[in-house]
Amino acid sequence: MENTTPVMQKNWRSFRMAAWLGWKIESNWTDPFLFAIYSIVKPLAAAMILVVMYGVISRNQFDSPVFAYLFIGNAFYQYVSNVMVGVSWAIVDDREHYRTLKYLYVSPISIPFYLLGRGVARVLITTFSVVVILAVGVAFLHIPFNPAVINWPLFISSLLIGILMLAMLGLLLAGFTLRMAQYSFNIGDSVAGALYLFSGAIFPISVLPAFLRPLGYIMPISYWLELIRRALVGGVAADFPMFPGFSNLQLLMILIGMTIIFGFISVWGWKKFDWQARERGLIDQTNNY
Amino acid sequence: MPMLPPVSKRHTGWRLFLMTVFGRSYPRVIGAQRETSWVFFDTLLPMLSVAAYVFVYRAIKAPEDYVGFVVVGGAMMAFWMNVLWSMSSQLYWEKETGNLALYIISPGSMMAILLGMAVGGLFATTLRALGIIVLGSLLFSVHFVVASFWQLILVFLLTMVALYGLGMMTASLYLLLSREAWHFSNLAQEPIFLVSGFYFPIKNFPAWVPVIGSIIPLTLGMDAMRQLSFASGPSLGWVSVKIEIIVLTGLAVAFLIAARYLLSYMEKLAVREGRLTESRG
Repeated sequence: MENTTPVMQKNWRSFRMAAWLGWKIESNWTDPFLFAIYSIVKPLAAAMILVVMYGVISRNQFDSPVFAYLFIGNAFYQYVSNVMVGVSWAIVDDREHYRTLKYLYVSPISIPFYLLGRGVARVLITTFSVVVILAVGVAFLHIPFNPAVINWPLFISSLLIGILMLAMLGLLLAGFTLRMAQYSFNIGDSVAGALYLFSGAIFPISVLPAFLRPLGYIMPISYWLELIRRALVGGVAADFPMFPGFSNLQLLMILIGMTIIFGFISVWGWKKFDWQARERGLIDQTNNY
Repeated sequence: MPMLPPVSKRHTGWRLFLMTVFGRSYPRVIGAQRETSWVFFDTLLPMLSVAAYVFVYRAIKAPEDYVGFVVVGGAMMAFWMNVLWSMSSQLYWEKETGNLALYIISPGSMMAILLGMAVGGLFATTLRALGIIVLGSLLFSVHFVVASFWQLILVFLLTMVALYGLGMMTASLYLLLSREAWHFSNLAQEPIFLVSGFYFPIKNFPAWVPVIGSIIPLTLGMDAMRQLSFASGPSLGWVSVKIEIIVLTGLAVAFLIAARYLLSYMEKLAVREGRLTESRG
């Protein structure tokens, strides 16, 4: 019988069910309390590493704009490492661990929307941990956070566009992961590590050697993090600017433009890698590595 | 189909123990030579994270020795990740892939199998760590001032024996875990990087933090190695190198003995509860 399910309906169903499945996989291995602790401890410890590093050198001068810069950049970088890697990790999980990827391929779903849906749980968990990290920063580390002066429209629009951009980068990474056999499990973390270095998350791009700076300027994440800083702590961003020549609106336009460009690249890349993986029999290849 | 020749001579005792150690370490040592992509994935890519922390120190104008601390921490991180993912969780993976039951029914001892994993893992990880040290030192012009080469070697060896002893000990605990094993290992990364001082001297913590952190041998090992390798190391050390050597020796002995007894106990418990062949995904 011919499948008459409208495409949009199929995509939405794939996304919705994958989001539900992703949440179950992420959370149901333990009880909710332990899961909440687990979701906080890891990112908070990562933030505290930077806090201690900064505190040791500055003798605990946490009211400096430099500290606010790196603390907020690091907090929101959690989205990069979790959302982007989360989408691509679904390939490793389903192919290597649960060994269900080939069954997904023969079922009536859209694989790209399924992968994007698997990232939803990571968005929720990351949002929770980012809120906790920021609360710790405000309560104990003098982060100058005042809800009354936050540029909410800029913050919400930047955050949503950024999450969409990260999900699309995750799709590209998922295609690359699908194409890889060995070492597919640590591609995501490796890419996240590289972006951490080049995106100006914890130090301005100007600190990098001159020949490496262009890598930071071509990444949408650099613009996204700067917009988040400007929206949340405008004073800090003004004292310690990364793109002083651009207004908020210009930066937002750059972010939107880059999201569209990287979105097209991701869809094209996914199709290419997916085709190669099918051609080479990699969909159900496991290596027990 | 070709058949293996019958076993003509049975090996027992120490000979069997050593053969098992060799047999289990073989794939880890040889695998590192055959799959050379580790040079990129396990040496060059971790360098990016190391570089990020180096640039943080440069951005806040830290003394140059701190750059060296980060490079050493990045290299030692390779050992922690190896112990965490390829020692502690290894028996869980073996259970998932069906090998664990084969280990149990083979005549070789589980202690020898774990020791083989440790020896093989230590060899392969030492190559990775050396790569990070050499590359990091060259890229960031790290200036080492080694106070005592032999003490440095001794501290490193004691740290590794204690660390892999800890890995062997915790491997037995993972025998009882299922899907949560992955999450526990995942959780034992950043918090350990923090309390063990992978990127900064632990002296900066209140005393109770390094005391608790000392259960991880890398905490004292890195503190001693930094004291012995950098000009400002002794002034930034937590306790004296001699005390750290004594404690590391104690930890090494304690972890190896505990691994022996815990493994035996957990194996019996896992057999009794039928957990050796379960796979709950």
